[in-house]
Amino acid sequence: MLDWFKKDESHLPEFWQKYSAKFDNNRKDQLIAETTFVVLDTETTGFDQDKDRILSIGCVKVSNNKLLVSDSFEIYLKQEKFNPDTVEIHGLIKHERFETITEEKALQLFLKYIGNSVLVAHHAGFDINMINAAMKRNQLPKLKNQVLDTGVLYRKTRIISNFIDQHKNYTLDEIALAYNIDLKDRHTAIGDAFITAIAFLKILGRLKRKKLKELFKK
Amino acid sequence: MKNSIAHRIADFLKDFPPFNFLNAEELLNISQESEVLYVDKGNILFREGEQMHDFFYIVHKGAIQLQKFKNEQYETLDTCDEGDIFGLRPLFAEENYIMNAIAEEESIVYGIPINQFKPLTESNKKVGNFLIQSFATNTRNPYAREDKGKLFFGNQVVEPISNSPLFELQPAPIIKKIVTTSPETTIKSAAQLMSRRKVGSILVTKTDIPVGILTDEDFRNSIATGDYSIDTTVDKIMSSPVVCYPKNVTIAQAQITMMKHNINHICITEDGTPNTRVVGILSEHDIMVSQGNSPSVLMKAIQRSRSTKELKKIRNKINLLLGGYIQNNIPLTHISKLIFELNDATIKRVISRCVIKLQQEPPVSFAWLSMGSQGRKEQLLQTDQDNAIIFADPPEGKLEETRAYFLQLATKVNKRLMIVGYEYCPADMMAKNPRWCLSLSEWKAQVSKWIKEPGPDEILLSNIFFDYDITFGDSRLSNILSDYILKLIDNHPKFLSVMGSNALRNPSPLGFFRQFLVEQDGEKKDFFDLKKRGLQPLTESARLLILSYKIKNLSNTAERFDRLAQLEPKNKELFEGCSYASKALLKFRTRQGLQNRDSGRFIDLSKLNKEDKMKLKRAFKSIKAVQDLIKVRFETVNVI
Repeated sequence: MLDWFKKDESHLPEFWQKYSAKFDNNRKDQLIAETTFVVLDTETTGFDQDKDRILSIGCVKVSNNKLLVSDSFEIYLKQEKFNPDTVEIHGLIKHERFETITEEKALQLFLKYIGNSVLVAHHAGFDINMINAAMKRNQLPKLKNQVLDTGVLYRKTRIISNFIDQHKNYTLDEIALAYNIDLKDRHTAIGDAFITAIAFLKILGRLKRKKLKELFKK
Repeated sequence: MKNSIAHRIADFLKDFPPFNFLNAEELLNISQESEVLYVDKGNILFREGEQMHDFFYIVHKGAIQLQKFKNEQYETLDTCDEGDIFGLRPLFAEENYIMNAIAEEESIVYGIPINQFKPLTESNKKVGNFLIQSFATNTRNPYAREDKGKLFFGNQVVEPISNSPLFELQPAPIIKKIVTTSPETTIKSAAQLMSRRKVGSILVTKTDIPVGILTDEDFRNSIATGDYSIDTTVDKIMSSPVVCYPKNVTIAQAQITMMKHNINHICITEDGTPNTRVVGILSEHDIMVSQGNSPSVLMKAIQRSRSTKELKKIRNKINLLLGGYIQNNIPLTHISKLIFELNDATIKRVISRCVIKLQQEPPVSFAWLSMGSQGRKEQLLQTDQDNAIIFADPPEGKLEETRAYFLQLATKVNKRLMIVGYEYCPADMMAKNPRWCLSLSEWKAQVSKWIKEPGPDEILLSNIFFDYDITFGDSRLSNILSDYILKLIDNHPKFLSVMGSNALRNPSPLGFFRQFLVEQDGEKKDFFDLKKRGLQPLTESARLLILSYKIKNLSNTAERFDRLAQLEPKNKELFEGCSYASKALLKFRTRQGLQNRDSGRFIDLSKLNKEDKMKLKRAFKSIKAVQDLIKVRFETVNVI
């Protein structure tokens, strides 16, 4: 690509530049078996991407049908904004029990961890929007990674039939039930990320695609 | 950084040996460095001759088969399921693997890091011993399963290997978790103890020395007859002395002794005489169970099973049995009947256990219908589950409340069947779907819609639903519905002709030059679809013809053709050919499926030998003949 076509990123912090530099290669023929996926989930104070904040991010790395436990990612954020209504859902009490870090530090660690991997989340739009909103607050551009949604992928595993709703949105609970996945630690970021990762592996097993790009096809 | 996933792994490991010997910190350290693996059905985790991995493995979900290449075929040494460890070789020997580990079903496996784990096998004797024994005996768990109660912890029994030709000479399976009582106990409290522990017999001991045995039979002979009161002490009615043996008694010895004395239990003592401490008990039932794969034993095991996991294990044995039958070329009619009965018993057992679990009697009578291949008694391999519920019309205003009960029941049953091995129906044709959990009146309205306005969807649904077999509940309900359907079809002749054209939509599977028609595109390109082009046309033809004769309660394709051969002597040969073809194709599919661990539906023609190809072609001739007959008889109209 021509240089003048690239945005000037020299004013951005070093950790961004390191992250951004990883996105040069062409992935047209990349195989799924050779791809690193980061399966993630966020817990937030609510569902409004402007007003609400991320409380924690949980990620696991999956490649070639494997997940290394030591290579998981679990951080808790220090947030001044705090919504008592949602605390009960994920049991995260402000500052309690966990070592918390600032939003900026969290993003820095997160970008370093994900690199140029393909991101996977259940109803990914929400999590990615929340992270991008945090990036914006910290004067950073949007995430550059490709994103897959297990909700959409799961739908592809279902047959085309007039007897099932082709547009149904499946919750993580429904998928876990269908695949017999334990719902332990549900509603913690890392717990949900793990459940999503197992679901993702089972979906890949059923879809039997070889190339990465085939997962993005409609 | 905190690592919650490590906690999750540790929490699973802590319940299984050898990990149960570790303390929380050791467990967490191991878990932290572990890996989680997804192994798709039929995939290989490691193979014979492969270099050692840095991990050994424990099954979290699913089943992994260990097999060795012997006499030109793979022989299964062991099947590991939840909590079983395997791949231990790297812990003991710097050698390559000497067997294959292959996923019998889709599995999640945890890899345990050998570098971190090895020091623990040296510092913790229990861990080391367990692993050495697991490794040496080639079985994953040297403790007998019944041993988990740990009453007599430490005396290990090796599980007999039931498929060994010298089965009778193996040590008999001894139960060490025994229920005992003293001679002074009253009959009443002994009976209470027995029913609480759900046992049929109880050992009477005096300071651990066996003095007698009390069984259900003794109660019948002594109490129910009025000879003794329930306040008598047990020593008055127990059988004494007890027949004793030392613990290395073989199965053959035990069986002969039981026959000779006409007893069902043998007491195992330290030196085999009634003068030393009891170490266990041996029952006829347990010998039968360890004998494993005979249909009558499996049937009993199904009926006595107490958990879904147990049923799942039995299902795996049924599959072994099926494999043996197919290999030995047992007639398919016989195989289908047996496997159907075992399937049927499994589903019945699941339903009756779920009814109890709900702790509420069904509000009205109901019938559980198995549809599709199980309904036709053709489900040899485990495929999807298709089922539905008919419930009797509830009193006015109670319809939704009643449905809610049955939906709750069905959700439980469907889930457990899934765990046992019947995958969810991809089109949601299951009783837990509110569309297929209907009252008798609703079903009548439903089927009359299908029969009166038969479009493509309606025919497809009729094809699935009209092959039902009642698995559980009130057969009057399904009979009423069958009669209703037959009467409607009689009044709406158009239905059969639409169904007829539907049966013809997959014409003869052979092309103009007698070559096989293969799939044109998609994932299965160039494969031959045995279901769509072979079995389905036959099934659909048989259903159509049998409906036209208004015959109910006959859903097996081959049996339908046999009946048709009786009904129409002039077409006898044709129908017998179809009956034979449907059996041959089903057997072919089953063999393919067992070989490839899948549904057997798609066939790679390049892997078939000439004889198989000839056989298939012969079967396809019958398809063409019956389709020609249908074309003429039903004046099929092109609506699809």
